[in-house]
Amino acid sequence: MEKTLTIRDLSVSFQATGGTVRAVRGVDLDLYQGETLAIVGESGSGKSVTVKAIMGIVSSNQTIDSGSICYRFQQDGEWTETELLNLSRNEMRQKINGTHIAMVFQDPMTSLDPTMSIGMQLMEGMMHHLHYSKAQARERALELLNMVGITDAEKRMKNYPHQLSGGMRQRVVIAIALSCRPDILICDEPTTALDVTIQAKILELIQEIQKKTGISVIYITHDLGVVAKVADYVAVMYAGRIVEKGTVEDIFYDPRHPYTWGLLSSMPDISTDAPDRLYTIPGSPPNMVDLPAGDPFAPRNPFALEADFKAEPPTFQISPTHYAATWLLDDRAPQVEMPESLRSRIQAMTEGGGARV
Amino acid sequence: MLKYIAKRVMISVITILIILAALFTMLHSMPGSPFNDEKITEVQRANLEAKYGLDQPLPVQFGNYLKAMLTGDFGVSYVIQKNMPISELLRARIPVSIRIGLQAVILGSVIGLLMGILAALKRNSPIDTSATVISVIGVAFPSYVFAMAMSYFIGFRLGWLPLLYSTTEAMRSTVMPTISLSFFSMATVARFARTEMVDVMGSDYMLLADSKGISSFRLLGVHGLRNALIPIVTVLAPLTVELMTGSLVVEQIFAIPGIGSLLVSAIQFNDYNVVLAVVFVYSVMFIAVMLAVDILYGVIDPRIRLAKEDG
Repeated sequence: MEKTLTIRDLSVSFQATGGTVRAVRGVDLDLYQGETLAIVGESGSGKSVTVKAIMGIVSSNQTIDSGSICYRFQQDGEWTETELLNLSRNEMRQKINGTHIAMVFQDPMTSLDPTMSIGMQLMEGMMHHLHYSKAQARERALELLNMVGITDAEKRMKNYPHQLSGGMRQRVVIAIALSCRPDILICDEPTTALDVTIQAKILELIQEIQKKTGISVIYITHDLGVVAKVADYVAVMYAGRIVEKGTVEDIFYDPRHPYTWGLLSSMPDISTDAPDRLYTIPGSPPNMVDLPAGDPFAPRNPFALEADFKAEPPTFQISPTHYAATWLLDDRAPQVEMPESLRSRIQAMTEGGGARV
Repeated sequence: MLKYIAKRVMISVITILIILAALFTMLHSMPGSPFNDEKITEVQRANLEAKYGLDQPLPVQFGNYLKAMLTGDFGVSYVIQKNMPISELLRARIPVSIRIGLQAVILGSVIGLLMGILAALKRNSPIDTSATVISVIGVAFPSYVFAMAMSYFIGFRLGWLPLLYSTTEAMRSTVMPTISLSFFSMATVARFARTEMVDVMGSDYMLLADSKGISSFRLLGVHGLRNALIPIVTVLAPLTVELMTGSLVVEQIFAIPGIGSLLVSAIQFNDYNVVLAVVFVYSVMFIAVMLAVDILYGVIDPRIRLAKEDG
């Protein structure tokens, strides 16, 4: 499999009233062609900032402190490499945005321009990047609308966003993202704002498109159900850092980081009995303006070691695909097992035929 | 859309009728009459009032007035220019007022819009700060302060522009009145444009449009401006009111033969018909602006356009 995106040591910070917020701290990630990568984390864990950095969308109070985002793509049959962080906003617009990397946003109710027809919003990218004539763009727009499952595409082209339901709007947003045949599709919580029934349909649609086009997808989500359903590879973020990453099997069947344990334990499943209190991770995420010394998760971590309060743990490699940043994996650490309830749950999942929910 | 406009025109006609009726009653219940001259006797005054039908009961007078108005006859002036038909009086004056008003609103909105957008794009920069200062001054000072200041410095000290309106130099003599009147519109539009533009720039649809990689010109000009314009159009209607009231004073300062100065003298002299006619013209202009704003809304915002087609 070809690697299409290599992120190394990415750090992003921004200026807030209280001081500097270090939103993303030393993120390493790889994305392979045709693969689905899920980035999981609570609000404020830096997942959105990470993908916006990939898109080159950096707000004026934001700075990229270090790192590299290397994008590899096939051009005329040859693999070429571009360092995205070296491109200016305008170069990103001309060369990358829309044509190579496209994005689907969280809230379809607000992410379409209310004053422009659906058709025009679909066509404008193609006319700009691919230099399509209006007729060509129209033809492809109709094709795209059909592909994303919008019936009566002819009529919908003339519609304005407010005339469409949330699910339909998200389909249009997906069609817009796909219009210039990108290699990477970034979906920033694409189903969070939708009804549960529509959520599943949108996820299926993205999977179907992926199968057809071989596009790579990055999902941002806090919904582990979504992760289990779509992801090949998972990165768990906490306080701007990736605390654990691995294949979907690594994360769901062999989680190593106490934060991942907490996340998995707090996910309701079919065997959760009504009288059982659903597990919640105690405390709340740290203030990113002045992070405590040591591991930012330590104050909420029932398994925290003394070392966790003194120094931030390095990332340990568990297997060729599986990494976690916790002192529990250090040779000097005591043997700590995941909570019993989670263990039995994983066992039930394994016997029940997998983590697919 | 047509149905909607027809409905709006109907409502406008009724509004104007109510305004006229209220004004008619108020004017006639004021003490005094157009013929408050110490030199004429009671008998002469009664004769004069009978001549113009002022001795009849108020509702009859109002009915007669409306009847005549429908044929374009606004009656004659009693005092200002004796027995001059008001339609003729207005004919020469309306174009002058409208010209200055239009120039002021266009100048004000265009410059205000540019200022506001620039301030929004360069937020917290010196450009933004100076735009804010100019807006605050523009909103805080009434237009006649600018009119006085300009006529002193530019008209009197520097002598660049005519101090008073002259028909032979119509263009040059409208410059100062236009600028002084446009300050308020400019300031208001600039403030609104800045706020709206900042809002729109932070919206999700701008983020999505940006992620398409279209040119920044198209991003701001097509997606940004159009959405920011919707609320800005709203302030245009109250701005015209300000222009009208502002013009009352500014026309006096520059001795402009417009309807604003006519109204002021008509009220001073109890010249009923002139007051009524000028207020009628003002009401029609204001309602026309409101209607235009409503239609403009529909043109800019498909949500309003389509909702109106349904209803």
